[in-house]
Amino acid sequence: MKTFDAVQLALFVGVLALLTKPIGLFLLRVLDARGKTWLDPIIGPSERLTYRILGVDPDSQQTWKEYCVSMLAFSLVSCAFTYAILRLQQFLPLNPQAFPPMSEHLAFNTAVSFTTNTNWQSYVGEATLSYFSQMVGLTLHNFASAAVGIAIAAALVRGLTARSIQTLGNFWVDLIRINYYLLIPVSIVFALFLVSQGVVQNISPYTHAKLTEPFTIQVPLLDTNGVAVTTNAVVMTQTAHLAADGKPEIKEGKPVLDDVPLRNAKGDIVHTNLPVMVDQKVDEQVIAQGPVASQAAIKMLGTNGGGFMNANAAHPFENPSPLSNFVQVLSIFAIASGLTYYLGRLGGNQAHGWAVWSAMLTLFLAGIFVCWWAEARGNPIHQSLGVALDGGNMEGKEVRFGIFNSALFATVTTDASCGAVNSMHDSFTALGGLVPLFNMQLGEVVFGGVGAGLYGMLVFVVLGVFIAGLMVGRTPEYLGKKIQAYEVKMAMLALLILTLSTLGFTAWAAVSPWGLAGLNNSGPHGFSEIFYAYSSANANNGSAFAGLTANTPWYNITLGLAMLTGRFLMIVPILAMAGSLARKRVSPPGNGTFPVTGFTFVALLIGTVLLVGALNYLPGLALGPIVEHFLTGQTQLF
Amino acid sequence: MKTLFTELRVALVATLILAAVCCGLYPLAVYGVAQALFPKQANGSLLTDASGTVRGSHLLGQNFTSDQYFHSRPSSAGSGYDAANSSGSNLGPTSRKLADAIAQNVADYRQQNGLATNAVVPADAVTASASGLDPHISPANANLQADRVAKARHLSRQQVDELIGRNTEGPDWGVFGDPRVNVLELNLALDRLGASSPTSKSNP
Repeated sequence: MKTFDAVQLALFVGVLALLTKPIGLFLLRVLDARGKTWLDPIIGPSERLTYRILGVDPDSQQTWKEYCVSMLAFSLVSCAFTYAILRLQQFLPLNPQAFPPMSEHLAFNTAVSFTTNTNWQSYVGEATLSYFSQMVGLTLHNFASAAVGIAIAAALVRGLTARSIQTLGNFWVDLIRINYYLLIPVSIVFALFLVSQGVVQNISPYTHAKLTEPFTIQVPLLDTNGVAVTTNAVVMTQTAHLAADGKPEIKEGKPVLDDVPLRNAKGDIVHTNLPVMVDQKVDEQVIAQGPVASQAAIKMLGTNGGGFMNANAAHPFENPSPLSNFVQVLSIFAIASGLTYYLGRLGGNQAHGWAVWSAMLTLFLAGIFVCWWAEARGNPIHQSLGVALDGGNMEGKEVRFGIFNSALFATVTTDASCGAVNSMHDSFTALGGLVPLFNMQLGEVVFGGVGAGLYGMLVFVVLGVFIAGLMVGRTPEYLGKKIQAYEVKMAMLALLILTLSTLGFTAWAAVSPWGLAGLNNSGPHGFSEIFYAYSSANANNGSAFAGLTANTPWYNITLGLAMLTGRFLMIVPILAMAGSLARKRVSPPGNGTFPVTGFTFVALLIGTVLLVGALNYLPGLALGPIVEHFLTGQTQLF
Repeated sequence: MKTLFTELRVALVATLILAAVCCGLYPLAVYGVAQALFPKQANGSLLTDASGTVRGSHLLGQNFTSDQYFHSRPSSAGSGYDAANSSGSNLGPTSRKLADAIAQNVADYRQQNGLATNAVVPADAVTASASGLDPHISPANANLQADRVAKARHLSRQQVDELIGRNTEGPDWGVFGDPRVNVLELNLALDRLGASSPTSKSNP
């Protein structure tokens, strides 16, 4: 471990804690349709104009069903909008590299992926998408899906804290206000900071740089039709020479051999079909460019995670310096952390907000310490080959980030539903890679995605309070509202659907030819790649054990379905729960009320999260990273 | 049914408005200010030589193989440092392919730099980076390559060390990240020094 690693962790936690209250207070104003902010003079007129064009009355209120329908309608339409752009990009502007349209299944996967705040990417950004597709088709959802997440969380908190009302707010007002007052202004400042660090922001064609030292590579020879030329040579083998008497001939104690063509089981002569390779001199470096900074800022802030470049935040143009990295990691947690303050303030119980925050922080620290330790310890197999012990596991990591900042990013991006990566999780050690995987399987409630983290955690709070109520034999209450069968049913429904979808799809892919065809690694690590993919899709994370070749119709469609399940089949029960809670009367806390603050509550909440996560996923994890850890110790290779 | 159509219409209009604001105004505003305030960074921190030819980017690594240059890390981006195809190897801890590649890289590194056959080598020297475009190597890695470069260029070790020092970036703000050596900048600086004609004669 390097000298300043611990200092960086302390700074990270410290700055996060300091940001929580100001962000929470700002959210309080943004999420109130009549809230006043210092941006009103600039943005107020555009906001009112937007409502007029939309035909929405900003003072109108929606029941949970209306709120839900508006949210679903918006998601459907915006998803279709992006699908259309991806399929038509060759006819649209800003396509200097003249990329062709995406295939149907890839466009479906990509449109769903961005609509659901997942940003799973089955494609290579800089080699597939036009600037227009990136800027409009995808960036739209970076803002919109983040705003939807925050809106749902706000609706749930309103339901929890309202005094016997029917309504949860207005979806359209939340959507517009979150974008106009929070996401866009912060992103502008953030993007400019990133540019100052070296993130590119242009719409130029790719740059051609003259290499200092040209080199030669072998490429397949193509004929005039662009088809690879192959050798088509007969494969020869040897067989015993038969003497006149039909017996193998022996000379000087050795059998005499003849060269004969190799035949397959049918008796046909086998030809090799090796491609003919020719030398190609590489004397320039083609450098991908683009409006990266504007997308990189919102992809972190909105916990989207979809990179402009294939290597995402590991690409020096997306994340050029340790300083840009620190701010990017911080921005993943920033809004989610502020939302806990919002919860406390609206619930009239600030200590409860901090209790939820503390539970999240504890789970975060547990993850980062394991991941950091495992990666700094390195891979004993590679160390036995002569790799220095003190370097840690540097495969798939950048020197400027080193072990600590890579482990920090991996932990944070999967605690939240971000999914951006600054190192390749696929190449982490077994236990180092287990942390991001398990984080996603816990439901990304450790700060979590913007909004999604809070509403996910509140599901666990409801369950935790219910469990505590059962233990002491009283009707469970949360913030003065009775938790009854309906709420618990909805909470369990949200959890069970996620689990079923993750485990079901993983099991299906693991025993199907289409599932195994995409693997980049064999043995338990291959299983981990599949498990990671569906955990990531269901949790709307979007990071990957990226060796998996997921750009096939089967994977694109099943992952797309998993993402839809993970987003909307979670949100609908949660809104139903919010609607039911909103109608209930608030009763004053009595002697038997379980306190939702303090150490006992924090421990109970962490326990609930871990118990559900462990019961659901430990058997699967045992087949993947856990067994791989022990095999690494025995130098077992696949 | 009527309300559903109303909702879909509002959804469509909201999509178009947000597309115009978030995908039109927002990136354009960032583009305009970025190009005005930070033109160099916004266009890729490109490095040009005296003749104005672009030689690469301060932020992106390149392939180097001969003795008179410092070598970058192994790369999985395309055919090596392909800046339009960033990628890591994505090979896992128990991958035979990865172990074989590392064994080969270790052997090559020892041989190129005249190290003992059982010398431990820095982790970053034999592993592929996440982007395949890592512009940096660790100071320990640069240090082990310095003798080879000095010999091939007929420079003193001190001259090479001085250049390494000048192209080493410390942690940002003294705290963030690890110290690192920018390979392309270092090699370009070596070329500018012009003390050696890089010919095959100088290679042992």
